[in-house]
Amino acid sequence: MTSQPAPSVRVQADDFDVAHEQALQTRGRRDIGALVSFVGLCRDEDGALEALDLEHYPGMAEAEISRVAVEALERWPLQGLTVIHRFGRIRPGEQIVLVLTAARHRADAFAAAEFLMDYLKTRAPFWKKERRPGGAPGDWVSAKSEDDSAAERWR
Amino acid sequence: MKALYFAWVRERIGLSEEEIAPPGEVVTVRQLIEWLSRRGDGYAAAFANPATIRAAVDKRHAAADAPIGAAREVAFFPPMTGG
Repeated sequence: MTSQPAPSVRVQADDFDVAHEQALQTRGRRDIGALVSFVGLCRDEDGALEALDLEHYPGMAEAEISRVAVEALERWPLQGLTVIHRFGRIRPGEQIVLVLTAARHRADAFAAAEFLMDYLKTRAPFWKKERRPGGAPGDWVSAKSEDDSAAERWR
Repeated sequence: MKALYFAWVRERIGLSEEEIAPPGEVVTVRQLIEWLSRRGDGYAAAFANPATIRAAVDKRHAAADAPIGAAREVAFFPPMTGG
Protein backbone atom coordinates (compact mmCIF):
# COMPACT_ATOMS: atom_id res chain seq x y z
CA MET A 1 0.00 0.00 0.00
CA THR A 2 1.53 3.28 -1.08
CA SER A 3 0.82 6.38 0.94
CA GLN A 4 -1.71 8.81 -0.42
CA PRO A 5 -0.50 12.20 -1.64
CA ALA A 6 -1.77 15.26 0.20
CA PRO A 7 -4.33 17.07 -1.96
CA SER A 8 -3.69 20.73 -2.73
CA VAL A 9 -6.97 22.62 -2.21
CA ARG A 10 -7.25 26.36 -2.68
CA VAL A 11 -10.19 28.76 -2.59
CA GLN A 12 -9.15 32.16 -3.90
CA ALA A 13 -10.25 35.33 -5.69
CA ASP A 14 -7.19 35.33 -7.95
CA ASP A 15 -6.92 33.58 -11.30
CA PHE A 16 -4.71 30.49 -11.66
CA ASP A 17 -2.19 29.27 -14.23
CA VAL A 18 -2.96 25.72 -15.41
CA ALA A 19 0.53 25.12 -16.85
CA HIS A 20 2.11 26.20 -13.56
CA GLU A 21 -0.19 23.88 -11.56
CA GLN A 22 0.62 20.99 -13.92
CA ALA A 23 4.34 21.66 -13.52
CA LEU A 24 3.97 21.59 -9.71
CA GLN A 25 2.41 18.12 -9.99
CA THR A 26 4.98 16.63 -12.35
CA ARG A 27 8.19 18.39 -11.25
CA GLY A 28 10.86 15.83 -10.35
CA ARG A 29 8.48 12.89 -10.94
CA ARG A 30 9.14 9.95 -13.25
CA ASP A 31 6.24 7.73 -12.16
CA ILE A 32 3.22 9.73 -13.39
CA GLY A 33 1.70 8.40 -16.61
CA ALA A 34 -1.44 10.51 -16.84
CA LEU A 35 -2.31 14.06 -15.93
CA VAL A 36 -5.91 15.17 -16.42
CA SER A 37 -6.89 18.80 -16.02
CA PHE A 38 -10.42 20.11 -16.10
CA VAL A 39 -11.02 23.86 -16.22
CA GLY A 40 -14.51 25.31 -15.75
CA LEU A 41 -14.98 28.67 -17.49
CA CYS A 42 -17.55 31.43 -17.25
CA ARG A 43 -19.84 31.46 -20.35
CA ASP A 44 -21.46 34.66 -21.68
CA GLU A 45 -24.81 32.87 -22.31
CA ASP A 46 -24.99 34.33 -25.84
CA GLY A 47 -24.39 37.89 -24.62
CA ALA A 48 -26.93 37.79 -21.76
CA LEU A 49 -24.27 37.68 -19.06
CA GLU A 50 -21.77 40.39 -18.13
CA ALA A 51 -20.29 38.51 -15.18
CA LEU A 52 -20.92 35.98 -12.45
CA ASP A 53 -20.61 36.97 -8.81
CA LEU A 54 -19.54 33.88 -6.91
CA GLU A 55 -20.38 33.86 -3.21
CA HIS A 56 -18.83 31.21 -0.97
CA TYR A 57 -18.83 30.06 2.64
CA PRO A 58 -15.29 30.79 3.83
CA GLY A 59 -13.84 27.91 5.81
CA MET A 60 -16.51 25.43 4.80
CA ALA A 61 -15.63 25.75 1.09
CA GLU A 62 -12.04 24.64 1.76
CA ALA A 63 -13.15 21.97 4.25
CA GLU A 64 -15.80 20.48 1.96
CA ILE A 65 -13.54 20.41 -1.12
CA SER A 66 -10.86 18.75 1.03
CA ARG A 67 -13.36 16.10 2.17
CA VAL A 68 -14.28 15.37 -1.47
CA ALA A 69 -10.57 15.28 -2.39
CA VAL A 70 -9.82 12.77 0.37
CA GLU A 71 -12.71 10.62 -0.87
CA ALA A 72 -11.25 10.69 -4.40
CA LEU A 73 -7.85 9.63 -3.04
CA GLU A 74 -9.49 6.71 -1.25
CA ARG A 75 -11.30 5.57 -4.39
CA TRP A 76 -8.56 5.90 -7.01
CA PRO A 77 -4.79 5.37 -6.80
CA LEU A 78 -3.83 8.98 -7.54
CA GLN A 79 -0.32 10.38 -7.38
CA GLY A 80 -1.39 13.99 -7.08
CA LEU A 81 -4.51 16.10 -6.83
CA THR A 82 -5.08 19.85 -7.09
CA VAL A 83 -8.40 21.67 -6.79
CA ILE A 84 -8.66 25.45 -7.11
CA HIS A 85 -12.03 27.22 -6.90
CA ARG A 86 -12.36 30.97 -7.36
CA PHE A 87 -14.86 33.35 -5.79
CA GLY A 88 -15.79 36.97 -6.46
CA ARG A 89 -16.59 38.57 -9.84
CA ILE A 90 -15.72 36.38 -12.81
CA ARG A 91 -16.29 37.52 -16.39
CA PRO A 92 -17.06 35.43 -19.49
CA GLY A 93 -13.98 33.66 -20.74
CA GLU A 94 -12.35 33.64 -17.30
CA GLN A 95 -11.53 30.51 -15.35
CA ILE A 96 -13.68 29.47 -12.36
CA VAL A 97 -12.43 26.07 -11.26
CA LEU A 98 -9.48 23.73 -11.80
CA VAL A 99 -9.33 20.01 -11.06
CA LEU A 100 -6.01 18.35 -11.74
CA THR A 101 -5.45 14.63 -11.20
CA ALA A 102 -2.22 12.69 -11.64
CA ALA A 103 -2.09 8.89 -11.82
CA ARG A 104 -0.07 6.05 -13.34
CA HIS A 105 -2.88 5.32 -15.78
CA ARG A 106 -5.37 7.56 -17.54
CA ALA A 107 -8.55 5.71 -16.51
CA ASP A 108 -7.98 6.58 -12.85
CA ALA A 109 -7.06 10.19 -13.60
CA PHE A 110 -10.13 10.72 -15.82
CA ALA A 111 -12.56 9.02 -13.42
CA ALA A 112 -11.27 10.88 -10.36
CA ALA A 113 -11.46 14.25 -12.15
CA GLU A 114 -15.04 13.59 -13.21
CA PHE A 115 -16.02 12.42 -9.72
CA LEU A 116 -14.47 15.54 -8.19
CA MET A 117 -16.35 17.89 -10.52
CA ASP A 118 -19.67 16.07 -10.02
CA TYR A 119 -19.27 16.26 -6.25
CA LEU A 120 -18.01 19.85 -6.17
CA LYS A 121 -21.12 20.96 -8.08
CA THR A 122 -23.48 19.58 -5.45
CA ARG A 123 -21.43 19.79 -2.22
CA ALA A 124 -19.04 22.75 -2.38
CA PRO A 125 -20.70 25.83 -0.80
CA PHE A 126 -20.57 28.27 -3.70
CA TRP A 127 -23.46 30.22 -5.26
CA LYS A 128 -23.44 32.02 -8.59
CA LYS A 129 -25.37 35.22 -9.17
CA GLU A 130 -25.70 36.57 -12.69
CA ARG A 131 -24.84 40.13 -13.60
CA ARG A 132 -26.57 41.48 -16.72
CA PRO A 133 -25.02 43.75 -19.38
CA GLY A 134 -24.96 47.32 -18.02
CA GLY A 135 -24.36 46.04 -14.49
CA ALA A 136 -27.97 45.21 -13.59
CA PRO A 137 -28.22 42.41 -11.07
CA GLY A 138 -29.60 39.20 -12.53
CA ASP A 139 -30.84 36.02 -10.92
CA TRP A 140 -29.18 33.48 -8.70
CA VAL A 141 -28.24 30.49 -10.84
CA SER A 142 -30.52 27.55 -9.96
CA ALA A 143 -29.08 24.19 -9.08
CA LYS A 144 -29.63 21.68 -11.86
CA SER A 145 -31.18 18.30 -11.16
CA GLU A 146 -28.72 16.84 -13.73
CA ASP A 147 -25.93 17.81 -11.34
CA ASP A 148 -27.58 15.82 -8.55
CA SER A 149 -28.00 12.78 -10.80
CA ALA A 150 -24.39 13.12 -11.97
CA ALA A 151 -23.22 13.04 -8.34
CA GLU A 152 -25.61 10.19 -7.46
CA ARG A 153 -24.06 7.79 -9.96
CA TRP A 154 -20.84 7.58 -7.90
CA ARG A 155 -22.63 6.14 -4.87
CA MET B 1 -24.74 30.18 18.48
CA LYS B 2 -23.92 31.99 15.29
CA ALA B 3 -26.32 31.75 12.33
CA LEU B 4 -24.97 32.42 8.83
CA TYR B 5 -26.99 33.02 5.69
CA PHE B 6 -25.83 32.82 2.09
CA ALA B 7 -27.06 33.75 -1.40
CA TRP B 8 -30.82 34.45 -1.62
CA VAL B 9 -31.38 33.29 1.95
CA ARG B 10 -29.03 36.13 3.02
CA GLU B 11 -30.76 38.61 0.71
CA ARG B 12 -34.27 37.78 1.93
CA ILE B 13 -33.30 37.92 5.62
CA GLY B 14 -31.17 41.01 5.06
CA LEU B 15 -28.30 39.74 7.20
CA SER B 16 -25.21 37.63 6.49
CA GLU B 17 -24.85 36.51 10.11
CA GLU B 18 -26.22 37.02 13.61
CA GLU B 19 -26.07 35.58 17.12
CA ILE B 20 -29.14 33.53 17.96
CA ALA B 21 -30.30 31.83 21.18
CA PRO B 22 -33.01 29.32 20.31
CA PRO B 23 -34.96 27.82 23.22
CA GLY B 24 -34.14 24.33 24.48
CA GLU B 25 -37.01 22.66 22.64
CA VAL B 26 -35.37 23.57 19.31
CA VAL B 27 -33.31 20.41 18.79
CA THR B 28 -33.01 19.75 15.05
CA VAL B 29 -32.12 21.76 11.96
CA ARG B 30 -35.78 21.57 10.86
CA GLN B 31 -36.99 22.96 14.19
CA LEU B 32 -34.42 25.75 14.01
CA ILE B 33 -35.72 26.69 10.54
CA GLU B 34 -39.30 26.76 11.92
CA TRP B 35 -38.18 28.91 14.86
CA LEU B 36 -36.25 31.32 12.62
CA SER B 37 -39.21 31.59 10.20
CA ARG B 38 -41.23 33.25 12.96
CA ARG B 39 -38.68 36.03 13.50
CA GLY B 40 -40.05 38.25 10.73
CA ASP B 41 -41.25 38.59 7.16
CA GLY B 42 -37.75 38.29 5.66
CA TYR B 43 -37.15 35.05 7.53
CA ALA B 44 -40.58 33.73 6.55
CA ALA B 45 -39.79 34.53 2.89
CA ALA B 46 -36.34 32.94 3.08
CA PHE B 47 -37.64 29.72 4.62
CA ALA B 48 -41.02 29.59 2.84
CA ASN B 49 -40.04 26.44 0.95
CA PRO B 50 -37.90 24.29 3.27
CA ALA B 51 -37.23 21.82 0.43
CA THR B 52 -35.00 24.47 -1.20
CA ILE B 53 -32.98 25.12 1.98
CA ARG B 54 -29.67 23.40 2.71
CA ALA B 55 -27.98 23.60 6.10
CA ALA B 56 -24.54 23.14 7.58
CA VAL B 57 -23.69 22.62 11.24
CA ASP B 58 -20.17 23.68 12.18
CA LYS B 59 -19.22 23.80 8.48
CA ARG B 60 -20.51 20.30 7.61
CA HIS B 61 -23.60 19.54 5.56
CA ALA B 62 -26.49 18.59 7.85
CA ALA B 63 -29.85 16.98 7.09
CA ALA B 64 -33.13 18.49 8.31
CA ASP B 65 -33.40 15.97 11.15
CA ALA B 66 -29.77 16.45 12.30
CA PRO B 67 -29.37 17.72 15.86
CA ILE B 68 -27.96 21.21 16.32
CA GLY B 69 -26.62 20.14 19.73
CA ALA B 70 -23.84 22.37 20.99
CA ALA B 71 -23.06 23.75 17.54
CA ARG B 72 -21.12 27.00 17.43
CA GLU B 73 -22.24 27.82 13.91
CA VAL B 74 -25.27 26.90 11.82
CA ALA B 75 -25.57 28.05 8.20
CA PHE B 76 -28.53 28.14 5.81
CA PHE B 77 -28.30 28.45 2.04
CA PRO B 78 -29.88 27.39 -1.27
CA PRO B 79 -28.67 24.33 -3.21
CA MET B 80 -25.09 24.96 -4.28
CA THR B 81 -24.10 26.10 -7.77
CA GLY B 82 -20.32 26.02 -7.74
CA GLY B 83 -17.97 24.28 -10.14
